[in-house]
Amino acid sequence: MENKQHIEFSADALALAKKLMGRYPEGKHKSAIIPILHIAQSEFGGWLSPQGMDYVAKIMDLQPIEVYEVASFYSMFNLQPVGKCVIEVCRTGPCWLMGAEDIVNHIESKLNIKVGETTSDGMFTLKTVECLAACGGAPMMQVAEKYHEDLTFAKVDTILNDYQNNTKTPISHWSKDKIKP
Amino acid sequence: MGKKLLTEHFGVQGIQQLQVYKQHGGYASLEKALKKTPDEIVNEVMTSGLRGRGGAGFPTGRKWSFIDKKSGKPRYLVCNADESEPGTFKDRYLMEVNPHLLIEGMIISSFALGAHLSYIYIRGELLYVYHILEKAIAEAYEAGYLGKNILGTGYDLELYCHPGGGAYICGEETALIESLEGKRGNPRIKPPFPAISGLYNNPTVVNNVESIATVPAIIAMGGEEYAKIGIGHSKGTKLISACGHIKKPGIYEIELGLPVEEFIYSDEYCGGIRGGRKLKAVVAGGSSVPILPAELILKTEKGEPRLMSYESLSDGGFTSGTMLGSGGFIVMDETTSIVKNLFNFTRFYHHESCGQCSPCREGTAWMEKILHRILHGHGTLKDVDLLWTLQKNIDGKTICPLGDAAAWPVASAIRHFRSEFEDFVQHPEKHLDVKHYFNQIEKKELA
Repeated sequence: MENKQHIEFSADALALAKKLMGRYPEGKHKSAIIPILHIAQSEFGGWLSPQGMDYVAKIMDLQPIEVYEVASFYSMFNLQPVGKCVIEVCRTGPCWLMGAEDIVNHIESKLNIKVGETTSDGMFTLKTVECLAACGGAPMMQVAEKYHEDLTFAKVDTILNDYQNNTKTPISHWSKDKIKP
Repeated sequence: MGKKLLTEHFGVQGIQQLQVYKQHGGYASLEKALKKTPDEIVNEVMTSGLRGRGGAGFPTGRKWSFIDKKSGKPRYLVCNADESEPGTFKDRYLMEVNPHLLIEGMIISSFALGAHLSYIYIRGELLYVYHILEKAIAEAYEAGYLGKNILGTGYDLELYCHPGGGAYICGEETALIESLEGKRGNPRIKPPFPAISGLYNNPTVVNNVESIATVPAIIAMGGEEYAKIGIGHSKGTKLISACGHIKKPGIYEIELGLPVEEFIYSDEYCGGIRGGRKLKAVVAGGSSVPILPAELILKTEKGEPRLMSYESLSDGGFTSGTMLGSGGFIVMDETTSIVKNLFNFTRFYHHESCGQCSPCREGTAWMEKILHRILHGHGTLKDVDLLWTLQKNIDGKTICPLGDAAAWPVASAIRHFRSEFEDFVQHPEKHLDVKHYFNQIEKKELA
């Protein structure tokens, strides 16, 4: 878990942010705040610190409070440090009918953490989330941008081992390879 | 086999690419539409009888006709791709598999409305679909279907995709507009309606993905032909997201009017209940619509077969009927605990309430707390009555329909399954350890 963040966008991220701000009518560039927060979360290790949000306010020419109030409303933004991979298990209706609770319990015991916690090696944070529009593939979970559906215990084990072995730097909803102007 | 207007090319390899989409007749409707006047297109959509596919079922053509053209302000079309209604996953599928169908629909619809700037607001969790759409939009610009002077007609349109940040409430059109303006998703008081004052206080139409993706088919076949599909005031085809305890979960395009029984049990659709179990209940149109027990989802109170249509599903009002809603069809077998399911739904609405209106903010919290108490064996018979009173105090008393959506599942669960709630509070020990869902081992055996 990285608490000290390097608070500056890469050149590509900055160019992308500028491009996105240009997609709205003149004077309405505030509209780009959510997409830019996604990019910030990806650039800043999977979460948004006050300094990270202040940086977004600066490049967007907004008051910091305008950024805080948005970041704190939407469930995808992590305002506390997280592990390199955030596991988001859907807990709503159809997924629950198909055994989402079992999946959560399985991950909790496998990783030895509770929902909301991060493993001691800083690799995984476990979250439960509301319906992700994948009810036909219930139970399901999301890790970074990827949907994993029709989960079984064995499948979860394979997926988590895969992330454990192949994740060197934090991954986020807006994947790093898509940060291009 | 019913007609397939939206899913016809879903199996085609590479349909995500513009070239392949074109080889299968893609963008022909756009070329046809650009030879008509905007009003002719609006009339065509009105004639088709298409109703909003997001859940409310308001006639799309009529919604378009309300847009303020007199003030001279810029007009916008915003596609609502914030699909978050539990049980619904059709729009994600449609955009992921055939993005150009939505883009073609957006261009035709924007032209009909006189919009020169349009957005697709897609829920943030679907960022991988956002990138698919971005790629498809870039191809459309390249091919001259977007940008300045589209296909030499003099019509200009800029189309952008915009991701949200994770909030069910942003599926409500005024909350979506607030969110698109870069704010918290707090719904606005209506009137003024978005058609008069929407995005940046300019006239705006917000339409669901499926509604917009249907427009190319309407243009291709003509509104009158389209209106021949379906039954009564339920015209055309509809995507149904089938999930829960069925053999074949997935997206099915049906002609409206298909009998519910056929949809659940036929091998062409859901294929019946898993493990040979009995059907207990269905939530037919996304978690917000009233739950119905097996006997009332298969037949109306009058004993007529229930059909997959706006009218038939709502036959009997909320006393014995429900709604087609978004087409999120959640099937529950005989092992399902309605009480636990209701707790799950109520927790969802509490989590997703934006907090603006007291009845919803406080009421959803209390409903969750009371159900939590019942679930842990501390409920009383009075709690069941209290839940009933609470939901009545939320229904119709909030700025946006999230309050109603939170109240209806509670009302219908108690209306149709009161004895189960009473048994739960009187004999909690019977219910506490019940495995109401398939555990993994069991699931494997059934697969």
